[in-house]
Amino acid sequence: MQSLGIDVLFKGRNLLRLLGGLWVAVRISLISVALSIVLGLLIGVLMTGKSPVLRGVFRLYLETVRILPQMVLLFIVYFGTTRLFGWNLSAEVSAVFVFTFWGAAEMGDLVRGAILSIPSIQRESAQALGMTPRQVYGYVILPQTVRRLIPLSINLITRMIKTTSLVMMIGMVEVLKVAQQIIEANRRTSPNAAFGLFAVVFLLYFAICWPISRLAGYLEKRWA
Amino acid sequence: MDWGVMLSYLPLYRDALLLTLRIGWQGVALALALGVVCALTLHLRLPVLRQIVTAYIELFRNTPLLVQLFFLYFALPKVGVRLSPDACGTLGLGLLGGAYMAETFRSGLDNIPTIQSESAQSLGMTRLQAFRYVILPQAVSSSVPGLVANVVFLLKETSVFSTISLMDLMFTAKDLIGMYAKTLECLTLLVVFYLIMLLPVSFLGSAIERRLRYAEFGDRRTV
Repeated sequence: MQSLGIDVLFKGRNLLRLLGGLWVAVRISLISVALSIVLGLLIGVLMTGKSPVLRGVFRLYLETVRILPQMVLLFIVYFGTTRLFGWNLSAEVSAVFVFTFWGAAEMGDLVRGAILSIPSIQRESAQALGMTPRQVYGYVILPQTVRRLIPLSINLITRMIKTTSLVMMIGMVEVLKVAQQIIEANRRTSPNAAFGLFAVVFLLYFAICWPISRLAGYLEKRWA
Repeated sequence: MDWGVMLSYLPLYRDALLLTLRIGWQGVALALALGVVCALTLHLRLPVLRQIVTAYIELFRNTPLLVQLFFLYFALPKVGVRLSPDACGTLGLGLLGGAYMAETFRSGLDNIPTIQSESAQSLGMTRLQAFRYVILPQAVSSSVPGLVANVVFLLKETSVFSTISLMDLMFTAKDLIGMYAKTLECLTLLVVFYLIMLLPVSFLGSAIERRLRYAEFGDRRTV
């Protein structure tokens, strides 16, 4: 049997290029997660507010984002809005925009759930002690909410990293694309390189996502 | 918007929808079967098998479907396993879904208090009867919302099938945009067709959930 591409991996700078490709995907997800968390906190607080109009609007936003595949959203932003408004969006900006749009909705729903899970007696007791609404949020509701939220938002990071593999479809050179390029370049000398390289990409994703989801699971158990 | 063009694209999108649905449901069926087997393996703590199942679940829950499909479609032929795009799509979706379904079923099974099976046994039921008539109905009803969410998730994930040259909705839209540059029309149809596929499942999910909540032991709505 011929080599399965492990040798190709160590040829020249191939391994470094592959890791560089992985970094492209991870970078987009980290930026998107950071933005999602900030926006999600805001949306979550607004979703638990009193105004039915506001609640309805955010509900609609959440359901819309949830029902459409992320790939469709990517296409709408990258191909659709550029056509509609005539602007130029780079693939990376589109990707960050879409994943933030999606992540903020998911995060908002998590925040909403976490806030509602705080018993109302907490809020009432704080008010009875004479705290202003701002103080009630800052000292009573948010600290407890954040504790419940951390494991869930860590989970969102792994979902985000897995989803960013889609950016290949709008022409970004991330880890899968780099793997394809390396396979193409070595087609003559090692025709079976596809096996080794795609196996490595598979394991790379696992190596990143698995520890993060283990951490989330651990925190969820400990802080429950 | 050019309505005539959109009308002429309709048959192409319909075929793509049918293909997506066919492979989607095959994948979901495979996922459900795999999920049940894996969840039971974990629940019954079968030695060795349990470790294998855990490894499988962790591996497939922590990698993107796109990467899994690339491995199935482009890598496996190099070691002599050649699958058709259809088979790859079904198998990929089934393996990914199996891992998610297993987790949902397992938490449904594990959340039934042990006192339930102890009480059933003290009433003279065998372990099998206790499982069949006491544990299983409760576990199934508590895991249905999660299962439906998984089905919606899996049907959405089918959008990466175009990478292994399956002519699904995404493929059709991309192809038409590439050929005729009617970008907005193609994207509108894409959204409409995904909604046609996903909205009924999502509504069915909430209907089933309400029905099951109604039959649930004790009324949780008032809590």
